[in-house]
Amino acid sequence: MTRTKVAARPAPARRIRLLIATRKGLWTLTSDVARNGWKLAGPQFLGHIVHHAVPDPRDGRTWLAAARTGHLGPTVFRSVDSGRTWKEATRPPAFAEAGGRVVNHTFWLTPGHASEPGVWYSGTSPQGLFRSADAGATWEEVAGFNAHPQRKAWCGGDQDGTPDGPKMHSILIDPRDRAHMYIGMSGGGVFESVDAGADWRPLNKGVRADFFPGPPPEYGHDPHCVRFAGANPDRLYQQNHCGIYRIDRPSDTWQDIGATMPKSVGDVGFPMAVHPRDPDSLWVLPMDGTSVWPRTAPGGRPAVYRSRDGGKTWKRQDQGLPRSQAWWTVKRQAMTTDTRDPMGLYFGTTSGEIWGSRDEGRSFRCLARHLPHIFALEAWC
Amino acid sequence: MTARASREAAVVVRVKIPSPLRSYTGAAEVAVAVPVLAPELPPTVGGVLAALDGAYPGIRFRIIDEQRQLRPHIKLFVGGMLTRDLAMPLTSESEVMIVAALSGG
Repeated sequence: MTRTKVAARPAPARRIRLLIATRKGLWTLTSDVARNGWKLAGPQFLGHIVHHAVPDPRDGRTWLAAARTGHLGPTVFRSVDSGRTWKEATRPPAFAEAGGRVVNHTFWLTPGHASEPGVWYSGTSPQGLFRSADAGATWEEVAGFNAHPQRKAWCGGDQDGTPDGPKMHSILIDPRDRAHMYIGMSGGGVFESVDAGADWRPLNKGVRADFFPGPPPEYGHDPHCVRFAGANPDRLYQQNHCGIYRIDRPSDTWQDIGATMPKSVGDVGFPMAVHPRDPDSLWVLPMDGTSVWPRTAPGGRPAVYRSRDGGKTWKRQDQGLPRSQAWWTVKRQAMTTDTRDPMGLYFGTTSGEIWGSRDEGRSFRCLARHLPHIFALEAWC
Repeated sequence: MTARASREAAVVVRVKIPSPLRSYTGAAEVAVAVPVLAPELPPTVGGVLAALDGAYPGIRFRIIDEQRQLRPHIKLFVGGMLTRDLAMPLTSESEVMIVAALSGG
């Protein structure tokens, strides 16, 4: 792989559209050019549990949505007209019959490399990796992971993992090399492939796993969200169950950058966002990880924390957010950025509110409320 | 509802469809033709679901998983009797009803 930076330019001043995946359907929230006025539209798939809805940056019109209902099995819906009409995948992600495993839901969707239009990857619960070569119409197992002889050891049992089921998430494709991929698993840890998913190796050195006795293991960790640093895919950040980390490849060791967070706030959280052009800028949204792990805004006072120096120091950003009695939970897919300049930062709560900043977190305001439990937020410019 | 042999060596079965699946069928009740491969091999519940999927692509995977098991909150009634046996043979008088049972809020 060629180790170069990736050019990134701000998007021109256009409207922003947020795709809001919720426990009860899909909504969109569209701004004016100034990102001042916002208009909510939807629902689509009312009553469906939509874990992720993602636009394809390669063609600007394809959207995929991962859905199931309380009764019905998991599927993927596809739109080629920016969400106006949808068709269901003819072969959604499903494990091989011989393996005995069952996809409970598709949790994560990632468009493939720019050189492979129509290729998508999906991560499921329990942990499985799938690939589509036809823009989400049919899905095949990535056997290099799903049938890997170590897969069971890496992931644990299908009943282990997060309360809503163990998950594969944070599928990252190196923009310089389509064969170079990372995945995150809760539980399991971060893994890397350099051969388009044919083989994988754990990449968790330096990351704590406080829920295991003894020294940290090689795998079995709980990354909540992993992101490439903006414009520098040799750097990754992760919000983990046990802290916040940065890695600068080719190093194979993560650096703990959560230790400098205020002790009263802690370094626990689910989502993470990065600046699209500044590899040193990132945001976390801390959740209370003390005592019985409430996983709510610490003290009922929500804030994002921004670092502009790769995690050496952090600054609290809470202008416009409630100052008390706001016991929010924000899930791992529910914070995102746009690519405008200045960048917009958005997050959605499990209590159905969307908050946004058009000045890189300096000030926030509520953009929508009264929505269902929000799972995921993606911005499209 | 009744099932009857057709001239194409198939049994036509009427199936009651619950509301979560009507986006596929557009109707609360549909008729599907289930092939009869041999006189000694009567159509089965699984055969009805396969025929249903042929007519309404995608519907089967919402009902049963990749291990051919009914999904947890789906129930099937044949002739008013609950069954989870997809190999259960159907008679010419069988009635199939798909029910989306309780699944939480």
